[in-house]
Amino acid sequence: MTDTYDDGDKAMTKSELIDTLAQKLNHLTYKDVEFSVKTILEQMAQTLATGGRIEIRGFGSFSLHHRPPRMGRNPKTGEPVPLEGKYVPHFKPGKELRDRVNSNAE
Amino acid sequence: MALTKAEMAEKLFEELGLNKREAKELVELFFDEVRAALSGGSQVKLSGFGNFNLRNKKQRPGRNPKTGEEIPISPRRVVTFHPGQKLKARVEAYAGSQQ
Repeated sequence: MTDTYDDGDKAMTKSELIDTLAQKLNHLTYKDVEFSVKTILEQMAQTLATGGRIEIRGFGSFSLHHRPPRMGRNPKTGEPVPLEGKYVPHFKPGKELRDRVNSNAE
Repeated sequence: MALTKAEMAEKLFEELGLNKREAKELVELFFDEVRAALSGGSQVKLSGFGNFNLRNKKQRPGRNPKTGEEIPISPRRVVTFHPGQKLKARVEAYAGSQQ
């Protein structure tokens, strides 16, 4: 994909996020921050896994999109295979996130 | 009812015994930091959940839907979310229970 942003592969991982939060919240223990981040992500995953929505003002919303049943193909044999309909998680960035990401893109 | 920051803070209060102010502060900061990383040009990878990526979109032709007037859509950077295998599998399982 030619338009994927690539600026020296900058990335923040979950453990880096935990480190940053732990430094800023120095009245909490590292363990508490680590468990909090895991709890937040698990609650978000569980909400989506049970068909719910997530709405974070200024950040965005997560919901499920339905993918209707379709005919797929076995890539090895070329044989058609019926695929069932399914739900996939979808994220829609909120206005503040959209604006901030775009305004810093020079 | 959608999950919001208030319910997330409530959960941290119940499960970790953080006080309500601390729990609220942590949840706020969690999303602030993810947003700051993306704003600063970083991808965000949350294993077990998914990745937030950045894509640069070229200028493309657009139209004012009201007037039909042609106006170019300016080049922009956008955030995309790609759920991880684990989250995809959990959500797909929900489809089964719906039919």
